[in-house]
Amino acid sequence: MTVDEHTLTQVAMSREEYARLLDMLDREPTEVELGIVGALWSEHCGYKHSRPLFHHFPSEGELVLTKVGEENAGAIDLGDGWCAVFKMESHNHPSAIEPYEGAATGVGGILRDIFAMGMRPIALLDSLRFGPLTESTNRHLFNGVVSGIGGYGNCIGVPTVGGEVQFDESYSGNPLVNAMAIGVGRREHLLSASAAGPGNPLVLVGADTGRDGIHGATFASVELDGKSDERRPAVQVGNPFLEKLLLEACVELAEQHGDWIEGLQDLGAAGLTSSGVEAADRAGTGIDIDVALVPRREQQMTPYEVMLSESQERMLVIPKREHLEDVLTLFRRWEIRADVIGVVTDDGMVTIRDGDQVVAHLPVAIPTDPPQYPPEGVRPAELDRWQSEDLEALPDVVDENAALLELLACPNIASRRSIYRQYDHQVLNNTVVLPGGDAAVLRIKGSTRGIAAATDCNGRFVGLEPRIGAAIAVAEAARNVVATGARPVAVTDCLNFGNPDKPEVAYQLEQAVLGISDACRALDTPVVSGNASLYNETPHGQILPTPSIGMLGVIEHVETALRIASNVGDTLLLIGAETVQGSATLAGSEYLTTKLGRLAGCPMIDLDHEVRVQELVLVAHQAGLLTAAHDCADGGLAVTLAEMCLAGDAGVDASAVDLGPRLDASLFGEAQSRFIVAVADEVAALDLEARAAAADIPVTRLGKMEGTRLRLGSADVPVDDLRAAYEYGLERALRD
Amino acid sequence: MRAAIVVFPGTWSDGDCEWALAQVGVESRRVWHRETELDRDELVVLPGGFSYGDYLRCGSIARFSPIMQAIHDHAAVGGFVIGICNGFQVLCEAGLLPGVLMRNDSLQFRCQDSLLLPANSTSPFTRELDSTQPLRVPVSHGEGNYYADDVTLDELEASGRVAFRYVNESGDPTTETNPNGSLHNIAGILNEAGNVLGMMPHPERACEALLGSDDGNAIWRSVISAAVTV
Repeated sequence: MTVDEHTLTQVAMSREEYARLLDMLDREPTEVELGIVGALWSEHCGYKHSRPLFHHFPSEGELVLTKVGEENAGAIDLGDGWCAVFKMESHNHPSAIEPYEGAATGVGGILRDIFAMGMRPIALLDSLRFGPLTESTNRHLFNGVVSGIGGYGNCIGVPTVGGEVQFDESYSGNPLVNAMAIGVGRREHLLSASAAGPGNPLVLVGADTGRDGIHGATFASVELDGKSDERRPAVQVGNPFLEKLLLEACVELAEQHGDWIEGLQDLGAAGLTSSGVEAADRAGTGIDIDVALVPRREQQMTPYEVMLSESQERMLVIPKREHLEDVLTLFRRWEIRADVIGVVTDDGMVTIRDGDQVVAHLPVAIPTDPPQYPPEGVRPAELDRWQSEDLEALPDVVDENAALLELLACPNIASRRSIYRQYDHQVLNNTVVLPGGDAAVLRIKGSTRGIAAATDCNGRFVGLEPRIGAAIAVAEAARNVVATGARPVAVTDCLNFGNPDKPEVAYQLEQAVLGISDACRALDTPVVSGNASLYNETPHGQILPTPSIGMLGVIEHVETALRIASNVGDTLLLIGAETVQGSATLAGSEYLTTKLGRLAGCPMIDLDHEVRVQELVLVAHQAGLLTAAHDCADGGLAVTLAEMCLAGDAGVDASAVDLGPRLDASLFGEAQSRFIVAVADEVAALDLEARAAAADIPVTRLGKMEGTRLRLGSADVPVDDLRAAYEYGLERALRD
Repeated sequence: MRAAIVVFPGTWSDGDCEWALAQVGVESRRVWHRETELDRDELVVLPGGFSYGDYLRCGSIARFSPIMQAIHDHAAVGGFVIGICNGFQVLCEAGLLPGVLMRNDSLQFRCQDSLLLPANSTSPFTRELDSTQPLRVPVSHGEGNYYADDVTLDELEASGRVAFRYVNESGDPTTETNPNGSLHNIAGILNEAGNVLGMMPHPERACEALLGSDDGNAIWRSVISAAVTV
C-alpha cells in the first residue's frame, strides 16, 4: 500500500511516524492496521508529548489502590472497605463544534470510565472555560455546553455537584469542557479492564456501532481551524437512557458477579480499537476480533469504520468462558444487546477479521508503543515582560465600593446559581454540601465518612508563570476541599494546552507538570488519574495554559462538613496572611486583569506555608472551633467576605481592619494560602488565635456577622447591593 | 404497609424512594415495568427519572408499559398510588390524574429547594401535615409546568384536590416561588377518590436533616397512618 498525505493526515500521523511504523512492522500496514496505529499513536490516546513528563507526578501513596494509567480511573482507599474511583477528562474539540453533544458525550464517557471499574458513579463535576460572553459565538457555546451536561447527567441520574467556569478571550472558539466523575463502592468490587485468560470471549455490549465519531481521537489531536465545522461527523451523539441501563447492568455485574468476568472496559476514544488493544496490553495477551460479528446501525460499514467508530454507550466485557451465558443473560435482562465478537488469544497479536478475511494482524506492542516527544520548551519572551511590570506604579483604587460591586457582578466571580440549578445535584440522596460552596460534600451511605470534591485552575496564574500557577491550581483545589473540613487525599488532572510542537507551549506544559508535582508532593496528594488535551488553538492563538485540577478529600464525620454560611453573631477571622497586602499580590488577579485588560505581574505561593495553613484549618475544625470557612481567592479579601455575607445573609463590620497603603491590593489582591473562617464565640476565637500563634500563622479578627452592611476598612456597601450584583451578574452577562 | 416501587428502564429515584421509605420504617420491593402484579395493600410508588428516555413526551411511552394495567386496577380498588416527578407525568399521561405537565416556563431544567403548602390536611397523603406550615422539598425537573383547562382547574380547587402549592416563607403562592410556571402554583394534585397523588417535588430527597430537610417524611407518614385506618 502506498500511503499518501491525505491518508496520513486523516490519522494525524507524520511521515517520520509512518517510517517508524514500517520499521516496527517490517512491511506496509493494511488500511485497518494504519487506522489502529494512527488512532493509538494520536496525542489523545498515545500522549506522545505529555507521557514523557508523567514520571514527575507523585503517584503513590498509602491510600492509592491503582497506578496512574493502569486502569480507566484512579482508585483511592476510603477506609472500612470503601473505595472511590475518580477521573477528569476533556471533551474540548467536540464541544467547540457541537457544544450540546460534545459536552453530553464528555459526561457519558467519563461515567463509563467509572463504572468500567465496577463502581457506581455518585457525582459529576465540570471545569469549563469559554471566551467572553459579549460574543454571540461564546454565548452559543456556553448555553450548548451547559444544556449538554445537564441533558446527560440529569437523564442518567448522577448528580452534577460542582465544578467551575471561567471566561477569558483566549478560550474564544476553543472552549474547555473537562468532566470529572467520582464513583464509590466496596473495595472487593473493584474491577480491572484486562483481557486475561486466552480462550475467553470478547463481548460487546450496549449500543450498535455506527459511523459517528470516526477519527474523533485524531480530531482531538489537531488544532481547530476554519474547516473544523466539517469535522462535525467526528462528534458523537449521546443516549443517556441507554447508558443508564449499561450502568446498572455493569454495577450489578461487579457487585454480585465479579467472579464471572476477567475484565470490563469502556469504549471511548478510538472505540473498539483502543479498548481491545489496551485490554490485551494490560493482560499481556492478544485479541482476535471478527468485525462481521459487531452489530451495526448503518449499512456497508468497512472494517476500518467499525474498528474506529466512537459510537457511544458501548462496553467490552471479557467473561470467563464458563460464565459467558450468565453474562449474556444479565445484560439482556437489562434489555441491552450483548454479542460475542471475538476471543482472547495468547499470541500477543491484534488480529482483526472480516468474516474469513484477515484485515489486520500486528503485535499488540506496536500500537501501544507510540513515539515519545519529550517537550523541548523555550520560555515565552512575554513572561519576563509581564512579570517586570511595575504594579506599584499603577494608581490605587479610587472608589472601592464601586470596584467591589463591579467585581461581584463580573462573569468570573458572580453566582453560578443560574448554571447549577439546571443540573440535578441531589439525586442519589448523598449531597450534603450543595453547589455554590468551595467544594461539594457527599456522604457515603453505610459509613460515617464523606468525600469532598472540587476542581480548580486559574489559567492566568499559569500563563504568567506556569510552574507557580500550576502549583497554585493544586493548592487552591486543596484549599477548597479543606474549607469543608475534609482532608485532601488525591488528584486527577486534565492538562489543557496549545500545540506542543511550539516551544513556548512545550515550556508551559513541562513547567506546569513540574508545578503540579511540587504542590502534590507538598500536600501529599498523589496524582492518580488524568488526561491531556493539547492542540487547543484557533487561528487567533492558543488558550491560556489550563491544567485543571480535580481534588478529592475525605471527611471523617460527614455531618460536621463546613459551608460558607455562618450564623449571625459569629466572628470572622482571616487566617494565613495579614490584611495589609502589597501591589505584588495584584498579579493575575481578576481586579487587575479587568482593569488593564491583560496579564501582568508574577503569582507567588509558599507551599510550605500553604500546607501549614491548611493543617491549622483542619485541626481547628476537628477541635470543633469552626462554624464556617471559605477559601479566600478570586476577587481577594473583599469579594470573599462579601460572599460570606451573602451566604450568611448578614453584614459584617470590619471597618477597624488595617488595609495599609495599597487599598486595591489589600481588598482585591489574590495572595494565596488564605481562609476566612467563622467561630461562634470568644472562647473559640481565642483558642484559634492561640493555635495560629503557635504555628506562626497570621490571624486577624475581621468582625462579627451582624447588621445589613459590609464594612471593610473604608469600603462600605449594603448587603442588598452585594446581592443584586452577585446573584444576577452571570445572567445579565448572558442576556446583554 | 409495604411499598412497591415501579422501575421503568430510565427510572433513577427508585433507590432514593427506598432509602426515604426506610427512614420511616417502610419496607420496599422493586417492581420491574414488565411485571403485572401488585398487592392491594401496597403503596405503589412511581419514582422520578426518564421512564423510557422521554425523547417524545415525558411519560408518554411509559403509559403503555405492562405494569400500568395493574396500577390502574390498584387505583380503581382504592389502593394508594404516589407518582413523583416523572411518576406524576406518567400518571397524567395514563389518565389516572387530569391535566398535563408542560416544559418549565424558563425552558430550562430546575433543581432547587421549593416550599410546599398542603392545601388541606384531609387527604391520605397530607393528614399528618399542618396546612399552615410550608414543607421544604426540592424540585428537579424540566417539565413540571402543570396545565389543565379551566373546568378541570375549578373542579380540582372546589373539591380540595390541589394537594400542594409552591409558596414563599409566609405561605403565599407567588410567581417568584413557582419554579416552572404551573397554573395556580400547583405542585401536586389528587385524583377524585383521593387515593392517587401526583407531585413534581421530591419528598424522598427531603428525608434527612443531613441532606438539608426531612420535611418529606411527613408525607410518607400520612399515607402510612391512612393505610392503618382504611
